Amino acid sequence: MSTEALIDKYFRPGRLPHIWCPGCGNGIVTGCIVKAVEQTGLTRDEVAVVSGIGCSSRASGYLDFNTVHSAHGRALPVATGVKMGNPKLNVIVVTGDGDCTAIGGNHLIHAARRNLDLTVVLFNNSIYGMTGGQYSPLTPFGSKATTAPYATIEHDFDVVELAKAAGATFVARGTTFHAQLLTDLIVKGMQHKGFSLIEAVSACPTSFGRQNKMGGPVEMILWQRDHGVMKAAWDKMTDEQRQGKFPIGVLHEDNSKVEYTVAYDYLIKKAQEGKK
Amino acid sequence: MALKIITKRCKGCGICAALCPKKVLAVNEVEKVEAVNEKECIKCGQCEQHCPDYAIFVEK
Ligand SMILES: Cc1ncc(C[n+]2csc(CCOP(=O)(O)OP(=O)(O)O)c2C)c(N)n1
Ligand code: SF4
Ligand code: SF4
Repeated sequence: MSTEALIDKYFRPGRLPHIWCPGCGNGIVTGCIVKAVEQTGLTRDEVAVVSGIGCSSRASGYLDFNTVHSAHGRALPVATGVKMGNPKLNVIVVTGDGDCTAIGGNHLIHAARRNLDLTVVLFNNSIYGMTGGQYSPLTPFGSKATTAPYATIEHDFDVVELAKAAGATFVARGTTFHAQLLTDLIVKGMQHKGFSLIEAVSACPTSFGRQNKMGGPVEMILWQRDHGVMKAAWDKMTDEQRQGKFPIGVLHEDNSKVEYTVAYDYLIKKAQEGKK
Repeated sequence: MALKIITKRCKGCGICAALCPKKVLAVNEVEKVEAVNEKECIKCGQCEQHCPDYAIFVEK
């Protein structure tokens, strides 16, 4: 199917143009999500998209699946309810870096720890976009923000390492420049039975780029091209060569842990048989 | 016409023009993209893949 037909198929009619700023990466990541859904062969009714609050979280309102646009930081608890209520649904969680790792940070580590079968697409634009540029836990150390006019002195999380340590069983990173890779990673995350997190490195030219003199949309997407390194190449690099760069691709996969809804079904069965 | 531009959706960010390897595209004075050199298009799809606004498609 052509990309144009895919957009027509998966977007709610009459909703474009969307509200995002010129050059905002949110549109690219959302496009990758619908391409990924098409590749999985799932119907629109078999997919649920749950988001929090933020510019990125508005994606759920554009998409014609079962969707919930929830509260700031609460995409994961709502998605947990959706998945537990109907484990047959393939649940995609759309969340910003603030939504997922600041106010929602605790939900992230515990959803990962449980290994609940959700696919989190983390739109990482390094900033609180919607509210005008406050720093988030993923804002790189030393960057400017409206809440850090002299630069943030807080060290940022590496969310890939964080998710891994918390127990996520599929962790990957792509960028809006590496859009085809990003689509493939979302497909893999959706097919993985367990908690998947795909970090989508994205650009917010308005609330991050401008303050940090990163240039416009073009310079910001080229920055991703120049700083994202495929895992195979990354593995061969020295610490010195890795400075300032980041690995992309599938970064962690563990198929040894039981998934939460599977374990839950097992408990139900045991309880129904009157066993403890 | 290999390129389809939905002008109403275009926000003139310039990403497509910058990523086009054949310099087929340019953003005009009213901040809309135009094909200025369409015969050079090799249908690589870079513009389509990276447009944040689903405003440009390459018809195969
Ligand atoms: C409980 C609550 N606290 C704060 C806010 C204000 N708020 C709205 S969006 C947002 C942060 C957005 O940043 P992020 O999650 O990174 O998403 P982005 O807009 O960058 O996509 C905040 C703090 C809110 N809506 N609700
Ligand atoms: S403020 Fe940033 S994240 Fe929000 S729509 Fe604009 S560019 Fe995108
Ligand atoms: S990438 Fe899309 S929105 Fe940006 S200039 Fe090109 S067609 Fe317009």
